[in-house]
Amino acid sequence: MKSIISVENLIFEYPQGEECEAIRAVDGVNLEIEEGSFVAIVGQNGSGKSSLAKNLNGLLVPTSGSVKVKGIDTKDDETIWELRQNIGMVFQNPDNQIVSSIVEDDVAFGPENLGINPLEIRDIVDEALDSVWMGDYKKKAPHLLSGGQKQRIAIAGVIAMKPSCIVFDEPTAMLDPQGRRDVMKIIKELNVEGITIVLITHFMEEALQAERIIVMEDGKIVMDDSPYKIFDNIEKVRAVGLELPVIIKLISELRKNGIDVPKNIFDIEGMVNYICQ
Amino acid sequence: MSIEVKNINHIYAEGLPFETVALNDISFNIDDGKFVGIIGHTGSGKSTLLQHLNGLLKPKSGSITVDGVDITAPGKKMTEIRKKVGLVFQYPEYQLFEETVEKDVAFGPKNLGMQGEELEATVKEAIELVGLDFEEIKERSPFDLSGGQKRRVAIAGVIAMKPKILILDEPTAGLDPKAHRELLSTIKKLHKNEKLTILFVSHNMDDIMEMADSVMVLENGTLVMNDSPERVFSRWEELEKIGLNVPQITELMKKLEKKDSSIEGNVFDMEKAASIIKNYINSKESKAQND
Repeated sequence: MKSIISVENLIFEYPQGEECEAIRAVDGVNLEIEEGSFVAIVGQNGSGKSSLAKNLNGLLVPTSGSVKVKGIDTKDDETIWELRQNIGMVFQNPDNQIVSSIVEDDVAFGPENLGINPLEIRDIVDEALDSVWMGDYKKKAPHLLSGGQKQRIAIAGVIAMKPSCIVFDEPTAMLDPQGRRDVMKIIKELNVEGITIVLITHFMEEALQAERIIVMEDGKIVMDDSPYKIFDNIEKVRAVGLELPVIIKLISELRKNGIDVPKNIFDIEGMVNYICQ
Repeated sequence: MSIEVKNINHIYAEGLPFETVALNDISFNIDDGKFVGIIGHTGSGKSTLLQHLNGLLKPKSGSITVDGVDITAPGKKMTEIRKKVGLVFQYPEYQLFEETVEKDVAFGPKNLGMQGEELEATVKEAIELVGLDFEEIKERSPFDLSGGQKRRVAIAGVIAMKPKILILDEPTAGLDPKAHRELLSTIKKLHKNEKLTILFVSHNMDDIMEMADSVMVLENGTLVMNDSPERVFSRWEELEKIGLNVPQITELMKKLEKKDSSIEGNVFDMEKAASIIKNYINSKESKAQND
C-alpha cells in the first residue's frame, strides 16, 4: 500500500523563555500511514499525541526531521495551503472551530477560501452537511445546536475542503453518549469512503475500532500494532497509564477461566455473536 | 446536609422567540452524605438544575431547601448558601487565573472573609485533599500544570470554601485514563473521609455505576428516573431512546438476553457476567457433545 503520511525522525520542541530549556514534545518519531487506513493514537496527556497531530498538517513544523503528506513537505511555505487542503483537522471543542453564525456559511468558509466557484460551493456544502446528517439544519445558528451537532458541523466544514486525510484530536471528549456514537459512526463512514483517518482519543473503545493503534509515551511511539495485539499485552498497556476497555477485561477474565474466546473479538457486538453463535 | 427540591420550574428567554423550558416541575430529596449521579444528554437540563442548587439561578416557581433553609425565599443572602454548596463547573481549569496555585486556591475562602493562619491552613488542606503535594506545587503557576493537575487545583479552590455539599459537573471530561482514575479516587475520598454529600454529573455510566448511591435521569427538563443505579440501568431500552446508555457489562448482558432469554440481563459487575457467560458456554458445549 502507498503511504499518505511519512514522518521521519520527527523531533518537535516548544521553545521556552531565554533561561529555560525547550520542552521536547515529540522525540524521534518515525511513522508511515497508509492511504485509506484508520489509525488511532492513544497515550496520556503530555505524551505528545496532539503535538504530533499538529505537525501532520503544518500547524507546527518540525524542530528537526520531516513530515510529508502526499509527498508535500510541511516545512515548505509555498505549498502549505495545498497541504492543508489535503489534510483536515477536527479538534476537541466544537465551539472553537465554528466561525460563522449560520451553519451553511460556516461549512462554506473553507471552500470559499480555496477560491472555489460559488455555484459549486452550494453543492459542496449541501453534500458535506448531508454526510454528517445535518442537512436539515443548514439555516440554523450553531450556538443553538447541541455539542454533538456542533461537532458534526465542524466535521462538515473539513469535508467541504475535500481532504484525503482527516486528523481528529479527541473529537468526542466533550460530547454526550449519543454525540459520541454519532461522531464515531461518521468517522467510520468517511473511512469507508476512502478518507484516511487519524483518530486521537482517550476512549479505548473508540481506538479499538481502528485497524491500527499507536501508543505514545514521553514523545515516543512505544507500541504500534493491531488492536488485538496491543490489548493482548495487558501489562504493557497498564504500564503506559492506559485503561483496558471493560469488554477486554471481561474477555481476559473468561480466558483465565478456560473459555477460549477467539482473538478477533474485542467489542460488545463481537461477544454477542460469539456467545450466541 | 440535605437538599429538598419541590416542584421547581425554569424557563430561559421567557417571552422571546427562543423561549425554552429548561426545568419542568422537578422534585427530589437528597439525604445527608449521599452520592448522587446525574445523567442526561446535552441540553436535558443538568447544568441548569445544578446552578439552582447553589442559588446561581432562581426557579420561576417552586422551592429549594438546603439544610433547612429555603434558598428561594426573596431577599435571601446567598453567601451562606454558596459556602455550603460548592459547585465545580465543567472544565473548571478555565477559571484558574492567579499567579500561583496557592493564591488561586485561596481566592474563594479569602472572599468569604477568611485570613491569616486559618486561610493558609485551609488552602494547604484543600490542596492535599485533592491529592497534590502542597510544598511542591504552591509556588507554581497553575498554567504550567498538566490537565489533570489543573483540574485538581480548580477543585481545591472549591473545597477550600469548606462546602458540605459538593456538586461536580462532568469532572472527568477530557482527562486521560490515568488522571481520570486518580480524580475518581479523590472524589471517593472526599465523600468517605470528609463526609461530603456529592452530586456528580457524568456521561460515563461505568463511573456512575461504581460511585453513586442513586441516579437521577433528566430528559427535556424533566426528572424521568430517580432510583438506585441497578434499577435505573435495568431500563436499558428507555435510556437508549433518550440518547443515553448503560454500563458496558450491562449492555453486553442485555444484548445477550435479547438473543436468548435464559440469560440474565440485569448484571452490573464483571465477575457475575463472567460466571454467567462461562456457565452458558460450558452448558452449550456439553449439550453439543451429548447430541
